[in-house]
Amino acid sequence: MIRVVLPAHLKGLAHVTGEVRVEVPDLGTDGAVTQRLVLDALEARYPMLLGTIRDRHSGERRAFVRFYACEEDLSNESPDTALPHRVINGEEPFIILGAMAGG
Amino acid sequence: MSGVRVLVGTRKGAFTLTSDGKRSDWRVDGPHFGGWEIYHLAGSPADPNRLYASRSSGWFGQVMQRSDDGGRSWTTVGNDFTYAGEVGDHLWYDGTPRPWEFKRIWHIEPSRDDPDTVYAGAEDAALYISRDGGLKWTELTALRQHPTGPTWQPGAGGMCLHTIILDPVHKDRIFVAISAAGAFRSDDAGATWLPINKGLRSGEIPDDDAEVGHCVHRIAQHPARPDTLFMQKHWDVMRSDDAGGHWREISGELPSDFGFPIAVHAHEPETIYVVPIKSDSEHFPPEGKLRVYRSRTGGDEWEPLTNGLPQSDCYVNVYRDAMAVDTLDPCGIYFGTSGGQVYRSADNGDTWAPIVRDLPAVLSVEVQVLA
Repeated sequence: MIRVVLPAHLKGLAHVTGEVRVEVPDLGTDGAVTQRLVLDALEARYPMLLGTIRDRHSGERRAFVRFYACEEDLSNESPDTALPHRVINGEEPFIILGAMAGG
Repeated sequence: MSGVRVLVGTRKGAFTLTSDGKRSDWRVDGPHFGGWEIYHLAGSPADPNRLYASRSSGWFGQVMQRSDDGGRSWTTVGNDFTYAGEVGDHLWYDGTPRPWEFKRIWHIEPSRDDPDTVYAGAEDAALYISRDGGLKWTELTALRQHPTGPTWQPGAGGMCLHTIILDPVHKDRIFVAISAAGAFRSDDAGATWLPINKGLRSGEIPDDDAEVGHCVHRIAQHPARPDTLFMQKHWDVMRSDDAGGHWREISGELPSDFGFPIAVHAHEPETIYVVPIKSDSEHFPPEGKLRVYRSRTGGDEWEPLTNGLPQSDCYVNVYRDAMAVDTLDPCGIYFGTSGGQVYRSADNGDTWAPIVRDLPAVLSVEVQVLA
């Protein structure tokens, strides 16, 4: 079970409060839990989020959305890179947030 | 007694303003979708409880909302606005080709007859239709694929399809307007399109009477005179009496013929309203006086309507989708400003009062008359 923190505006859109938890498919010992799998699972559970985090067709992250975990910025990682173990084992959340903007 | 509901889209959420038919005491509800840009809210003429809202954000993109209970609750519907077929290029500001790229929905136009059928106008310019209450959207591709499409360029606000008129008499006739491509008409429900820009003259383009390239800001039509169209262009207020076949200028002695919205009185097809704005770089009223101008002669002759509107130190703008009329008698006129005021007149524009003064910048105003 992966813990995901959504930005406030997407919590409102998904009608959730606090963290959400998503199940990613069991890929066996060689399979990695990746950003792409987490987002796939998140959008499957909350279809109203389709298109708000990444492009619906290309899968590209929206320009002003960032991904953080374990005090690292994972935004520019390949979506198929394995997430940190502490995210995979549920110790740390995968954080989705809107980039800082404004004055 | 009948009542009215004003649907207000702002830079930071949606609001509904409701009153009885006297239109003097108002209830303000909102913000709905706080923090999101609401370019447009629209109600179905066939079912006033069916509302649609375009909700967008620079961070999170486009979301579409639908209400089946007059705005008390909302559900998220489809937001897959794909350009169908070959995407192609239009011209960018610097004259280089640039692929069409979806940004947002500017305008929603529900069918006159079917609450589940609704049209949406996009930036970059394209026209979509949904026949299932907004769940699935299909592009009417012939407009974007018009032979002139590769020459279209965005206006300063983006290459937006901001006006959609579904003709009340000719059921397959649709008018649209795009900044800065111009006006187009389809007589076959969107299968083919005709540029309807003859008579427009725009000093901002090299050939001032070109077939396309005109920065049309808004078109309005009275349902009893469907072949008569009124246009607020970037500069110039224009009129056509042959469904856009030819246009003539009707700016008369307006203090400025630049502006964004234009509206037609609900019961008087020759009575029209504009809000003059000083210029394309000074987006505020001339002399700091917020004046609606009314023509009761279908243009050329105009009178300022000032009673109840600020006549000094007023430097707000009124955007293209931010003026609407109700169908009560006397006709009510409503408009919202970039300063967050929504003004109403319940007497054809003779006198005005603010319904609410301190909303976020108002992007759109629509009004529904409720039984």
